[in-house]
Amino acid sequence: MAFLTNFYAFLFYFAAFVLVFGLIFKIVQYSRTPAPLKIPTTPAPTTRSGVVFRMTREVVLFESLFRGNKWTWIFGWMFHFGLFLVTLRHLRYFLDPVPFPIQLVQPFGIYGGLAMVVGLAGLWVRRFAVDRVKYITATSDHLILGLLVLIGCTGLLMKFVFHTDVVEIKSFFLGLYSFDIKPLPGDPLLLLHLLLVASLMIIFPYSKLLHAPGLFFSPTRNQVDNPREQRHIAPWAKRLDQQ
Amino acid sequence: MAKATFEVPALSQYTEVPPVTPDAMAHSAPFKSKDEWQDALGFPGELPEDWQAKAIDKMGDLLGKYRSLRVYMDSCVKCGSCTDKCHYFLGTKDPKNMPVGRQDLMRKVYRRYFTLAGRFFPKLVGAEDFTKEVLDDWYSYFHQCSQCRRCSVFCPYGIDTAEISMAAREIMDSIGVGQKYCNEIIAKVYRIGNNLGLPGPALEDTLEGLEEDVFDDTGVKVRYPLDEEGAEILLVTPSADFFAEPHVDGLIGYGKVFHEAGVSWTISSYASEAANFGMFIGSYANMRKLAQRIREAAIKLKVKRIVFGECGHAWRVAYSFLNTLAGPWDFLDPRYPVPQHICEFTYELIKEGKLNLDKSENDDKVLTFHDSCNVARASRMGTTPGGQFEIPRAILKATCNNFYDMDEDTIRDRTFCCGGGGGLLTDDLMEIRVKGAKPRLDALNNVMQEKGVTHMAAICAICKSQFTKVLPYYGMEMDQIVSLHQLVSNALVLTPGEDDEEPDEDDDLDKNDNDEDTDEAA
Repeated sequence: MAFLTNFYAFLFYFAAFVLVFGLIFKIVQYSRTPAPLKIPTTPAPTTRSGVVFRMTREVVLFESLFRGNKWTWIFGWMFHFGLFLVTLRHLRYFLDPVPFPIQLVQPFGIYGGLAMVVGLAGLWVRRFAVDRVKYITATSDHLILGLLVLIGCTGLLMKFVFHTDVVEIKSFFLGLYSFDIKPLPGDPLLLLHLLLVASLMIIFPYSKLLHAPGLFFSPTRNQVDNPREQRHIAPWAKRLDQQ
Repeated sequence: MAKATFEVPALSQYTEVPPVTPDAMAHSAPFKSKDEWQDALGFPGELPEDWQAKAIDKMGDLLGKYRSLRVYMDSCVKCGSCTDKCHYFLGTKDPKNMPVGRQDLMRKVYRRYFTLAGRFFPKLVGAEDFTKEVLDDWYSYFHQCSQCRRCSVFCPYGIDTAEISMAAREIMDSIGVGQKYCNEIIAKVYRIGNNLGLPGPALEDTLEGLEEDVFDDTGVKVRYPLDEEGAEILLVTPSADFFAEPHVDGLIGYGKVFHEAGVSWTISSYASEAANFGMFIGSYANMRKLAQRIREAAIKLKVKRIVFGECGHAWRVAYSFLNTLAGPWDFLDPRYPVPQHICEFTYELIKEGKLNLDKSENDDKVLTFHDSCNVARASRMGTTPGGQFEIPRAILKATCNNFYDMDEDTIRDRTFCCGGGGGLLTDDLMEIRVKGAKPRLDALNNVMQEKGVTHMAAICAICKSQFTKVLPYYGMEMDQIVSLHQLVSNALVLTPGEDDEEPDEDDDLDKNDNDEDTDEAA
């Protein structure tokens, strides 16, 4: 068991490292790349606060997707909101004492887990049933869906069928903060669940999961529509002016 | 009238999403650009031996210069929201004309050379080497995108295929694979001043002719000045306005509006082109060079304001980019936005009650309005978001008694492109133009059947030329497309000037010696 515990401890250090630094690298890269022209998809807000409102609607409600395709929106939103609740619920393993709002959200996290799996199933069905979506689907798209479905199912199974020692899990993760490696329960379902979550963390900065930070940097969504009022010019373009 | 060598799609009441038919349009590709034009734009004339390495270098360069490209290459999750939004897919069934299908032509190359996953597991993530076959696909399908941005409206991350098409064309130009239509035209602007290659003297003749026509028609002297120093307004309009139908009727309308406003204005022979084809080929340098001509003309003619005529992609470059490319405009009258759209100008006058409009002059028509893609989704008019939809409609309603909008799903920011934008308005791309017009014409046909609509007004030179050519393929009449300012022109009751009784011509146009060759002025 000591080997497995050590392996998982190392795995999560590694996964956390890849996730955090991979994302920081991409975010720095995005923010350092200039947007030389004003290209908001109009009608667009004419003020900064308007842009914040537009972006909030995109992030929270998936407004553009809603306009684009209702089925994808229903399943996609279900999955993402479910995942959000599940993530909040899981914070209890990483915070001690557990903050009150996180205590409150616990039962909703369970519904979130169910919604997440249903949403993912719906999205996956579309990849086979709709010829256009089937055409654009790569193997990696199936694999990521499979990974998320398995994460959801193993989690739900542990909740409803094969319980595991959650107290021990919490002490394992809290121990990682101070490099104090505590034993991890050896339930196969838990080990599989954690392995998959670590894999998800590792592929995050190297896959389409970059859509999460990407949205915030999308010039068609985050730019203010004020080109006549304010001159917008990128540093590399400014050099053309000085020639 | 029009005879097609391909199957013209049958119109349907509502545009249906077709089943995916791979490679249905793989044969479509525009004529290639030639050395002389490539050279004028600063591009090589032929595909070099090491084109692949050069293209990948160029892609790296653009990824560092354009955040849009960088973010959009990474962010697509293949959700499918865009797949049924492109008029070219709806008209051709070819999956590489689905926005994501088109983007993936570049994304698979990006993944292969610029991402870890694509370097190590190309098959898994759909990454591919940049082969000659891929390049051929690029040339074909990146010239089946009109950069209309409809896809970007529905993408949850706002991925704009126009950005990717522009980058792809820039990369291809950098390895000598240019498109004839766009590059020849840009070279022509550098040489002569406008897309159609109309030299100064020809412009002068045309404008004098217009003055005579309007005088014969109305008995009022309306001026159409060229290169008049000290005029208040510089009008920059697409060169098609100088002679093509129905464009020229719009130009007549602008002149009448200026006449009624009592402001002096002028056209510049040096910057006699509103449409900036530099945008179509994604070349910032060329777009900037073209835009600078307007700045130079404004300084030389000592104008105080700049107004743009009816043109879609031109208005995008004017509204969204002109300040960036050729600003700052601190030498112009700060009371007015720079530039202004002719519709903004006319609308203000209508609001102030300064135009005497007789709507019954347009009673022979029942109208609808086509929102031009780049006006709708890449610009604005007026001070509030969506003014680009409301202002032209307000003008229509002030000038016509009979107006009906097309289906809500096909107008405003969901409008369908005419099928000829983004550098595709050339006869060698007729098949894609005809097929791409289907969704718009489905909606038009629908209001023709249900509301008795007879004419469609537009505010874009490309839309007007495209519909003139394409309507007959669908059994409609080419003159069903009209300029918005043509309707203004019809309805506007002109105020006679003091000298309007005498039939003499007033001939104080600046004669400018223009030595440029005239052989291009077809």
